[in-house]
Order: sequence, then C-alpha cells, then structure tokens
Amino acid sequence: MNLLLDPLAYVFIQRGLAASVIVGIICAVIGSYVVLRGMAFMGDALAHAILPGVAIAYLMGANLTVGALVAAVIVALLIGLFTRQGTIREDTAIGILFAAALSLGVALISSIRTSAVDLTHILFGNILGVSSTDLWMVAILGLVVLAVIIGLYRPFLVVSFDPTLAATLRWPGEFFRILLLVLLALTVVISLQTVGIGLVAAMLVTPAATAYLLTRRLAHMMTLAAGLGAISSIIGLYISYYASIASGAAIVLVATGFFLLAFLFAPGRGLFWKR
Amino acid sequence: MTPIELTQPPARLELDKISVGYNGNLALRDLSVQIPHGGQVAVVGPNGAGKSTLFKALVGLLPLRSGRIFIHGEPLGHHNDCVAYVPQREDVDWRFPVSVAEVVMMGRFARLGWVRRPERQDHAAVIQSLEQMNIAGLANRPIGDLSGGQQQRVFLARALAQEPHILLMDEPFTGVDAGTQEATLSLLDRLKKDGVTVMVSTHDLNMAARRFETVLLLNRELVAYGPAETAFSPESIQRAFGGQVLFLNGVAAIVDDCCPGGEEHTHHRETP
Repeated sequence: MNLLLDPLAYVFIQRGLAASVIVGIICAVIGSYVVLRGMAFMGDALAHAILPGVAIAYLMGANLTVGALVAAVIVALLIGLFTRQGTIREDTAIGILFAAALSLGVALISSIRTSAVDLTHILFGNILGVSSTDLWMVAILGLVVLAVIIGLYRPFLVVSFDPTLAATLRWPGEFFRILLLVLLALTVVISLQTVGIGLVAAMLVTPAATAYLLTRRLAHMMTLAAGLGAISSIIGLYISYYASIASGAAIVLVATGFFLLAFLFAPGRGLFWKR
Repeated sequence: MTPIELTQPPARLELDKISVGYNGNLALRDLSVQIPHGGQVAVVGPNGAGKSTLFKALVGLLPLRSGRIFIHGEPLGHHNDCVAYVPQREDVDWRFPVSVAEVVMMGRFARLGWVRRPERQDHAAVIQSLEQMNIAGLANRPIGDLSGGQQQRVFLARALAQEPHILLMDEPFTGVDAGTQEATLSLLDRLKKDGVTVMVSTHDLNMAARRFETVLLLNRELVAYGPAETAFSPESIQRAFGGQVLFLNGVAAIVDDCCPGGEEHTHHRETP
C-alpha cells in the first residue's frame, strides 16, 4: 500500500497526478470524435502549431499557456477557413499550416539566446512542474471543453455521423465543425503541461481507439475512453516515479498497452477472438 | 402511421429554373418542374446525370447557382422539418458506433432541437416506424452489424419517424434484396395514402415505368417529365443515356456502369 501512497506525500506529485488525470479524461472524450471523424492528423498539427505562440509569449514576457491558447485557436480557425470551400483538401491545408507554424516556433526559439525556455518541456511535457495556477487553468479549460461536448452531444453526433441530415435540419454544420476544432485546440493546450506537444496526438487517439474496439455506442465509447485515459495517466505516473522515466512517455506507453490488449482480445473484433 | 397533419397548404414542390454546380462545373442546368401534392416521381438518368445533386440541392446541402425552389409555395429553407432524405447506402459511415434505435430517433431531432430530451410520443414514433419497416427486433443492434437490406430499412424508418411532407430517396432499389425492394414499394403505397410527396432516384427504367405514375428523365438538364408512356420515348431515352443505349428490334437496352461492383448491367424495356 505504501508503494501507492508514498509518492503522494509530495505536493508536486499530487498536482501532477490531478492534471494528468484531467488531461487524460478530456483528451479521450474529444478524442472519440477525432477517431470517428478521422482528425488524428489535425490533432497532431494543432499541437505543433502551439510552438510559435509559446515562443512569442515568452519573448513578450506573457503567460506561456495564454500564448499557446491564442496560437492554437488561430491555427484551428485558419485550417477551418482554408478548407471551407473545398478549394484545398483538408490534409493538405493541415500539412502546410502545421509545418509553417512549427518552423516559425523553432525559428523564434532559436533566436532566444538563453536556454530559459526548455524546448524539451514543451515537446514532452513537465508534469512535475505543474504549478497550482497551471492546475486551475487545466481544470477550468477542461470543464469548459467537457461541458460543451456533453451539452451539444446531439448536434456533434449528427454533424459527425450524417452531415446531410444536419443540412436538412438546417443545423449549422460548418459552425459545429469549427467549434470542434476550437475545442480540440483548447484540449491540446491543457495537454501541454502533461504529455507535451509531441505526444498529445497519442492521448487524443489511443484511449478513444481502444474504447472503439470495445463498445458499439458513442456515449459508451466516450465514457470508456475517459476511464482508460484516466487510468493510463495514473499508472503511467507511478511507473514514471519508480522507474525514473519521462512521465508523458510512460502515460502514452500505458495507453498503448491497453490498445494492444483490446486489439488482440476485444470480444468480437480482436485478432485472437474466437467465436 | 398516423396521418400527417397538414397544417400547411398542400405540399407542392416547385423548381423554378434551378442550376446547381460544384467548383465551376454545372451538374444541373435550368431545371423547372412542378410536383403536385402527394405526387410520386421517379428520377431517372445515367450515372452523373445530376440525380443526387438535385436531391442535395432540395435539402439545402448544395447552394443554387440560380433559380428558386418553392415548398408549399414558400422559398426553400422557410420550413425546417418537412423534407426527409434517405441517403445512398454508400454515403453512410456504417462503422459509426450508433444503434438502430438511435438512428431512427434522429428522425425526431427536427422537433427536439439540439438538447431537448425525447418524450413519450417520440419514443412511440420510433417504435412504430421500426415496426412498420419490420426491424423492431433489431432496435438495439449497432448499425454496422446489419445486412444491406436491413440498413436500408433503418433509414426508411428514420424517414417515417420524421413524418415528412416531402421524402427524397436516393437509389433505394440498388444493391438490396427483393424483400427490401418490396418493403420499400409498399411503403411508397402507404405514403401515397398519407399524401406525402415522394421523389425516388433510380437507374432502373423498368421499376420507374411500372411503379411510378410520373417519371423525370434527367441528364444534367430536363430531358422529359410526365407519365412513363410518354416520357420514355426512344428519343428521350437516347437523349438521356446517349451512347449507353442500344436499340435492338424496338427494345431499348441500356448498358450502364453505375451499379456497385463495376459489373455491367443491362436494363431491357419495350419501347412503345
């Protein structure tokens, strides 16, 4: 029992654990739409697009999370705009913006002479450095994302499953598509603290994909994915504590382990499932 | 099914010189058609004739380049709950995690809006629609587990639950078993009694001629509109299907490539 309680004696670990559980849940819930709508590349691109925002915020002496937030929302809206009329395919638009934003971020960071902005913390997260302000920010933004996803469950369901029905109902499909991008941007920003921009895509996709293999209803898929995201975060953090490995990587590896188990043994769909 | 309350004047559908297109190409040019209240029209034409385009314009999914659409004499978009659309089966993501009953409940969303919980009457309408399409036993099954015919019935049940004034069906006779074809046709008979205006796209000339009082022959523009006997003249069929039509001893044989699987099918029909 002490094995589980010992690490919790430290406040920074308590905060890191709380933040990573929240991030695990939010990523998994919105990740269900990412998986079903085939937006994995979008999630990854949004994550990398944050980099210039962080760099500019640092140069201006502003809050890094706010910088990330502004950058992510701008890129989400730009991708929405570029693909609006179908002039450019969505993956092309994402590819262009993603590379451009990443380059801008690297250029800005390389211009900062001091090494105060630790690139590895941005790339791979820094769970143990979560301040209480950061935790509040994660909790509040997470609640906002969750409330919108749950409150507007029906329009998001219709727009994702049957855009034609959304059109016959005169529901604004385009508005919900862009709203989902903005929510995705917020999610990516809060994930910055725990798994970093390099691994956000995994937290968005992996628990949701695991849940997809195990359930056949969207609401169940979201609930199960949230549970998997939270448990992966907890187990990953303990492994990270005892094995002294990077926490973001440990969390993602645990989530991947669950996915492989489901892929091999899921009832009805697993590789080794025998009827 | 309970008769639809016609709080509106008769559901007359009127297309006034509409043109619709994607990215600079016009898929449909200058189409003018009037469909009376309760009319049933088969929309016939080769692959790429603009059948799906027409339906998408009617539900507001594609904007009109020019022209106007009137429903009940009011411009399109004025009513938001009276047009139901049964999509082609290939247009649906069957791996999406939803159950049969959830899909049919979507037919009630026009009344329920974004957040309101379904009431007893909504659940009753869903159950009744499932029973009418003979799939009540499948209510809790994921849609991905169903056969092609059963999938088609799910979307027909959803359209029924919508209690539409105008129903659009995109290729409902393609790739389904004979039982589902019959179920679809008997549904059409019942809708006729309820006064629902129906447009069905098909490339099956026989089906169109036998089961529909009016046919609309389309090839990017209006070719012919009227009873099958007059609309399906050899000249009109030639104009609509072009090089795909062969005349052998007064029998028109159409070779088209719009069926799934890429096999060539021939549809024979005696020309008058």
